[in-house]
Amino acid sequence: MESVAEVEAAAEKLTQEAGLDEDEGFRVVMAVREATVNAVLHGNGYDPSKQVAVSFENNGKSLVITIADEGEGLDPAKIPDPLAPENLLRGTGRGIFLIRSFLDEVHFRQLNPGTELTLVKHLTPAETKNASQDLDTK
Amino acid sequence: MALSIATRQLDGVTILDLSGRITLGEGSVQLRDAIRDLIGKGEKHILLSLGDVNYIDSSGLGELVSAFTTAKNQNADVKLLNLTKKVKDVLQVTKLYTVFDIYDDEAHAIGSFK
Repeated sequence: MESVAEVEAAAEKLTQEAGLDEDEGFRVVMAVREATVNAVLHGNGYDPSKQVAVSFENNGKSLVITIADEGEGLDPAKIPDPLAPENLLRGTGRGIFLIRSFLDEVHFRQLNPGTELTLVKHLTPAETKNASQDLDTK
Repeated sequence: MALSIATRQLDGVTILDLSGRITLGEGSVQLRDAIRDLIGKGEKHILLSLGDVNYIDSSGLGELVSAFTTAKNQNADVKLLNLTKKVKDVLQVTKLYTVFDIYDDEAHAIGSFK
């Protein structure tokens, strides 16, 4: 879980430097954390021989974060809706929903092996004036 | 910051004052153990005071839901007090805000168990 904390700290730095307010920053950081936890736990199955690759980019218009695992893959269409009455009281299954709720775009790409999630947060005009920045973590 | 839990009793209600984060590996297990311990001892009225909880993730949400359902199965109640803006935001997005009894005032919350 140390790697998750490291990714979370990097996401927090990215949102702060992009000038996101506290609420929007929290939402982006939380989505990145959820995606990273999913990659470590569900993707890689906590296998220490497998890696999670994370990249962060501020391209001036958006924050783009990619998180890739080396697991068996994920079919987003098969994820149950956590808001459905029969799922509302389930103890799990809200991670992907939160990611989709808190970001402007979420893309899934199947790797061989693994899954790559691309998370996109569009910046407002006030935020786009902040300098572009790239940061990679592995 | 990990989760810290302080327990107190008031008018037949067990209040857990939670402080820190309720996330995977940083509080969700502590919360689960604390709730199970109370319910195992026969406590029926449990109030989770979340005013100092600054972060919750999907795992933490799952623990809140599990606390709620475990309590219901034992004819007990788990209610929530003093949500921070961030926790409220997450509960609203996931529609769990409609599941829990949520209060902003401790005296009002305690009175609701009677």
